[in-house]
Amino acid sequence: MSLQRSAVPAVWGVEDLTVRYGQRTALDHVSLAVPSSTLTAVVGGDGSGKSTLLRALAGAVRPAGGCVRRPAAHQVGYVAGARAVYTDLTVDENVAFVAEAYGIGRAEREARALLLLRRAGLIDARERLAGRLSGGMRQKLAFVLAALHEPQLLILDEPTTGVDPVSRAELWRLIAAAAAGGVAIVVATTYLDEAERAAAVLVLQRGRALLAGAPAEITARLAGVLFDLPPDAVPAGALPRSWRNGALRRVWAPAGRPSAAAAPATPTLADAVIVASLSAEKPAEEPGS
Amino acid sequence: MTLAGDVLFSARAIVRRFGPLLAVDRADLEVHAGEIVGLLGANGAGKTTLIRIVLGLLPADSGTARLFGLPPSRGTRRRLGYVSQGLGLWEDLSVAENLQFTSRAFGKAAPAVWDTADDDLAAASRSLVRDLPLGLRRRLAFAAALAHDPDLLVLDEPTSGVDPLARARLWDTVHAAVETGKGSLVTTHYMDEAGQCDRLVVMSEGRVVAAGTAAAIVGDRAAVTVQTDDWATAFALLDEAGVAAALVGRDLRVPGADPVRIQRLLDAAGVAARTSLALATFEEVFVALAGEPTTPPAPGTASEDGA
Repeated sequence: MSLQRSAVPAVWGVEDLTVRYGQRTALDHVSLAVPSSTLTAVVGGDGSGKSTLLRALAGAVRPAGGCVRRPAAHQVGYVAGARAVYTDLTVDENVAFVAEAYGIGRAEREARALLLLRRAGLIDARERLAGRLSGGMRQKLAFVLAALHEPQLLILDEPTTGVDPVSRAELWRLIAAAAAGGVAIVVATTYLDEAERAAAVLVLQRGRALLAGAPAEITARLAGVLFDLPPDAVPAGALPRSWRNGALRRVWAPAGRPSAAAAPATPTLADAVIVASLSAEKPAEEPGS
Repeated sequence: MTLAGDVLFSARAIVRRFGPLLAVDRADLEVHAGEIVGLLGANGAGKTTLIRIVLGLLPADSGTARLFGLPPSRGTRRRLGYVSQGLGLWEDLSVAENLQFTSRAFGKAAPAVWDTADDDLAAASRSLVRDLPLGLRRRLAFAAALAHDPDLLVLDEPTSGVDPLARARLWDTVHAAVETGKGSLVTTHYMDEAGQCDRLVVMSEGRVVAAGTAAAIVGDRAAVTVQTDDWATAFALLDEAGVAAALVGRDLRVPGADPVRIQRLLDAAGVAARTSLALATFEEVFVALAGEPTTPPAPGTASEDGA
């Protein structure tokens, strides 16, 4: 692995960060630590503020309050979707262009590019136009380009959106390899099962932190008990606090008394987020707010 | 009307070529009333081609396609509700106007938006779609697809991009529709969506390579788990040895590997680690199935392509 382990472990991140776009508060007093050699995930639906958080960390958004800790600009790699790829250039030309922009010498570039492209499964696609690559290959190329200058902090905004599971597994291995090499990595995703790969997770909802911690800590902290019942066996009163789990319905009992008929279920990260969202719901909420 | 167990959607031995590319290779797929079937596969596996053939939007080279027991036609397609990834809504029309438009297109009376069980949608009935958050747009796309009371729902990554509570509510809608006797075919890349399906069908390179419940497809396949205080060293070491490990939290997982070999590799390098065997996850099995090329590629090449 040519991505060097940094001598001093560093913790990047944001503290008490508030970002406003005009009248709208996009992030409201949010904190997140992004340590080196670690994969950290930011999770939330559309409009939750996760992209804003990543852009603030990258220095692309001016905070209204709080502070941002990041390395010098040339030590940051930032990928938002597959946009970082030049579609009219070949894979090799993309690499050469980015290497030049960062002043990486030819020999060094060749060694790093070979390693990263091989790991990304792109070694046989070097002569292909980036615009002719599949979505998954393009996302992997975007990652390679962002990692080429061996940044200390890698910021990846939804790197797996639109990527099929086979490429996704390869992409996660690329990400893990960079973290193993000492890089601090923060990934935004809408998918909770992906977030469970991370050492620490921040769940955002409407610009606020809904949950934070290691996935196992978050599920262990869940208040009350979950259990699964056949859909027609769920009491009407419990329906608003229940959701489908395949053929069964998962019911949340906040008071912790499970149904006599069912054994408690092991909560997933998604369950924990649903419970936290239900707890945060106000009775008379604005539609879709 | 359909009866529980009726075959709504049926593909038998479908073959379709695009020039030299065999896009669908003798594929079978059935969806019955009262079930949700998940169709999974990497990009280019042939999922979309197969669905388009059964819907009558593309001819097959051979094989039999049936929609509600009949050759696909404009008439049979009327009994279908479809939610595409792009949602297919009119951004410049209001919620109510979108529902009216789709219903009239299907020759049904316009439903009153206040008749939908969805209070949030009813409250937003005069809002333009482009002003709605994604979660509510997805709910509207579902309402529009259900407005003409279709017998089969075809959904393409139906809950992509929304938060878990909104996702759970969308699945409530799908399950409720299916419990009234409709069927649903869901194409997805995402494992939590696959977890909501009664049955899964996995395609790779045009063929159906696995079918059944997630548990049946996983069977007794295993993954090696590696617990260590120094995952980074363990990962780099395994990587160097050509072992494709995945990071999960601070542990590593290696699907389909031999635990003795992994332990030996770690021991030889003096990495303190504990290996054990665990049941593989559906995603691990799926990646192995979907990624297994029928013709072995040169070392180091990707099995995926933009076909």
